[in-house]
Amino acid sequence: MKQRRQTDKQDMLQGTLDMLILRTLAAGPAHGHTIANVIERTSEEVLQVEQGSLYPALHRLEDKGWLVSHWGTSENNRKAKFYKLTAAGRKRLTTERSRWRQMVAAIGRVMKEAAE
Amino acid sequence: MSILRFFRRRAEDTDLANEIEAHIAQEIDENIARGVSSEEARRRAYIKFGSRSNVREDLWEWNSVKPLANMFRDLRYVARTLRRAPGFTLAVILVMALGIGANTALFTIVRSVLLKPLPFGDAKRLVMLYEVTGDGKYPYNVVAGGIFAAWQKEAQSFEQMAIWGGNGYTLSGGEGQLPEQLQGTLCSWNLFPVLGVQPALGRGFEASDDRPNANATVILSWGLWKRRFGSDSAIIGKSIHLDAKAYAVIGVMPSWFVYPDADTQLWTAIYHDVPLQVMKDLDNHNFLVVGFLKPGATMAQGAKEADTIVKRIRDQYPLLAAIGKGANARWLFDDVVGDYRTPLYVLLAATGCVLLIACLNVANLLVARSAARRKELAIRSALGGSRWRLIREQVMESLVLSAVGGAVGLALASAALEWVIRTRQDMARVDTIHVDTVVLLFAVGITLLGGAFAGAVSTFSSGDGQVLNALRESSRTHSGGQGKARLRKVLLSVEVGLTVVLLIAAGLLLKSYKTLRSVDLGCITQNVLTMHLALPDARYQTPVQKAAFFERLIREARHLPGVQKAGLVTVLPGEGHGGDNLITIIEHPPLPKGDMQYAARRAAEPGYFEAIGIPLLHGRTFLEGERLERATSVIVSDLFARRFLPGEDPIGKHVRVNVDGTGQKDYAIVGIVGDSRSTISRPPEPMMYFPLYKGVFERAALTVRSSQDAITIALPIQKLIAQIDEDLAVFHVLTMEQVVGRSTTDASFNAELTLAFAVLSLVLASVGLYGVLSYLVAQRTNEIGVRMALGAQRGEVLRLTLADGLRPAGLGLVLGLAGGAVAAKMIRDLLYGIQPLDVSVFVGVAALLLGVAILACVLPAWRASRLDPVQALRVE
Repeated sequence: MKQRRQTDKQDMLQGTLDMLILRTLAAGPAHGHTIANVIERTSEEVLQVEQGSLYPALHRLEDKGWLVSHWGTSENNRKAKFYKLTAAGRKRLTTERSRWRQMVAAIGRVMKEAAE
Repeated sequence: MSILRFFRRRAEDTDLANEIEAHIAQEIDENIARGVSSEEARRRAYIKFGSRSNVREDLWEWNSVKPLANMFRDLRYVARTLRRAPGFTLAVILVMALGIGANTALFTIVRSVLLKPLPFGDAKRLVMLYEVTGDGKYPYNVVAGGIFAAWQKEAQSFEQMAIWGGNGYTLSGGEGQLPEQLQGTLCSWNLFPVLGVQPALGRGFEASDDRPNANATVILSWGLWKRRFGSDSAIIGKSIHLDAKAYAVIGVMPSWFVYPDADTQLWTAIYHDVPLQVMKDLDNHNFLVVGFLKPGATMAQGAKEADTIVKRIRDQYPLLAAIGKGANARWLFDDVVGDYRTPLYVLLAATGCVLLIACLNVANLLVARSAARRKELAIRSALGGSRWRLIREQVMESLVLSAVGGAVGLALASAALEWVIRTRQDMARVDTIHVDTVVLLFAVGITLLGGAFAGAVSTFSSGDGQVLNALRESSRTHSGGQGKARLRKVLLSVEVGLTVVLLIAAGLLLKSYKTLRSVDLGCITQNVLTMHLALPDARYQTPVQKAAFFERLIREARHLPGVQKAGLVTVLPGEGHGGDNLITIIEHPPLPKGDMQYAARRAAEPGYFEAIGIPLLHGRTFLEGERLERATSVIVSDLFARRFLPGEDPIGKHVRVNVDGTGQKDYAIVGIVGDSRSTISRPPEPMMYFPLYKGVFERAALTVRSSQDAITIALPIQKLIAQIDEDLAVFHVLTMEQVVGRSTTDASFNAELTLAFAVLSLVLASVGLYGVLSYLVAQRTNEIGVRMALGAQRGEVLRLTLADGLRPAGLGLVLGLAGGAVAAKMIRDLLYGIQPLDVSVFVGVAALLLGVAILACVLPAWRASRLDPVQALRVE
């Protein structure tokens, strides 16, 4: 996502980035560059992943045990660090997703009310 | 997870850096694929990524744990400052290492020997029972078999009671192994159940093994089983030969089991091995008794009951003069460690003093440093360095020092322990000494405590927070840090005081050891070799056989080259009590009821007195013909004659004694010899010697005087004995000097260790004295310069400075002498032949300390008096 302000980066949107990463990796292992590309492409370039927060996020998720990583070779023969979802990570993704749905629904209701 | 992360953050950071590089490379590749020039591709990739160091810092910070990070920073700072003063650092670490090492080692010993419970079932219910001797002189005498039987039958407070006694056995050789003399314990079948232990292999004794007509059985110690039988479990059920008789091995005790002491290598059934009559005698005191109290019964109850029983039996048998008068009890634990308690606590106190001195010294050094760094600290706090931060740094510094010291100390301690275990095999429970978790915790504890103490003292002294004063003080208006100097002087006085206490204790112990060593045993100790033999009953059944063996041995030994004189005796001087007998002089009227005369019993061959140098004062030694049933003569010691036959001619008088348990016989006194000591620390006792060739004694020590170093003839003599009987074990092959050495090990050990600690603290204290005075002189350089410029004489400056250093030393000396007097009273039990307030020791210590103090002070004082006033004033 496009970072709005430096100071806000720890807030809600950080949780959202975590969810997006987990979602992306649900399709299979990938390295940081691919993850950023996939998110950008799937969101039709709406969400710009700030690399500055992508990597710390990846390390945090790994620390929590939701991802595991290993060094491997990328599609164009470069060394790259691949991340893979763990079982715990998959479970986390489910919780995040349902929380996201509730949130969207809740916000949607509020916005509708306000619009009327 | 999160703490671990902290220690991995450097690795994580490198990993991230690599990852970022990979990302950018990927981006560049993609840009090039889109048709951008490589230069532009690189530029765009970097722009798109943004600040790489920001990303890395983000992760680094997230990985950091704040307090830990602070601590590490402090540590690094401390390490850097310490590296800058290597002399100081090394000195402090060494001092702490010695203090902590000595304490840890002593604590380990004290804990293993005195604090850990015995590894037996229910140690709180195990007591030892003793008889009071008929004359009431010895409240803890060994017990007669008949008395034990009565206790066992009648005492209600005890669930069970076991009896045991020591006995030596000769294990026969064979299969290439030499015959060997082993220390064994005769015990009733229930000794192991009473102690709550079971054999590691095989079975324990059963009641059916413990009878005169049972088959002979033996249980081996783990050590003997391993050493002699190669840990072969097939030995169970097989026979071994003890004293030339077959014993079936029924069990092996666990390796940790050492009772009654570490020398015991096997256990046999007492009612099987000891003649029944001895087990029934009411006045033949031979054994030790362990009682296992019923739940709820107290030791006092048990003792009272045993006492009542003895008194009743005594009234029943008025004719038995040697019967006990009552009974006493003490805890089994106290019985085992008894003699080692006081010395160990004394040594622990000594090491405690050393540690305290070490800490004081370190505190002193730290104060000196913080004084030297006062300006730096003042500037730092003026620039906003928090007070807490500065204190933390100082405490951290002393903690680091003591931690390193502690690590070195622990190594020293384990080396010291190894040495103690090797040299003190005789100490009770020495086998249980080892470093365990508690000891490690103790070491860590005193390390932290020492570090915190030293740090706190120095912080307290520098923590006045008067920044302005500090800054002003260092600007030459007056000589600085008077308050701090006062604190250091107080510390010094305490240090000197403790040192004096230690020196006094060491001096007393050393002098008492010297007195002990110079005691005249009553015989020659140079170039005398001794060795013991025990003739097995099974092969030397008759008195004729025994006498013949001894006669042949001595005849042939006298012909060996290098042998000047040779003799045989049952117990050598300095080897201990060795048994005594009730005596009656038949020419005297009967003694009043309750009065008894005892004399120590020995048996000697005619040439013994000459061989060991005990002078024949009157009469003659035994004659050739005085052997077997014609051996009716006795030789008595001078003290025997003076005590029991005062003012009369003892020669020709008769002594009535039951020498060998076969009834009383009369012996005519034919000679009087000089007194000799059976125990080196006790005055001689009345002694009588019977003819060894009477043939009823199966043990004897061969005593050989040689023209050269006595130990060199040990081998030829052992060969000679093997020629006569190759199954005979020879043991305790020692020179007479070694015999004496063995009985003074305790005294020398205590004295030498205390002396070592005292010397250590003396060195520490004098280093402290020197350091403080040098510091004071350096501080006052300016002042001294001014004084000199104003006309002060060099001699006066020297005197002033010297007085400055000697005042705390003098104060400490006074304190120490007072403390030393108290300490001396406390170690009175360890002293032999000197008074606790021995003037020469106190005066000597005072002189030594003053001498050392003056030496330590002279150099700085002299330096002060040599100051060039012009230079001194320019110093700032």
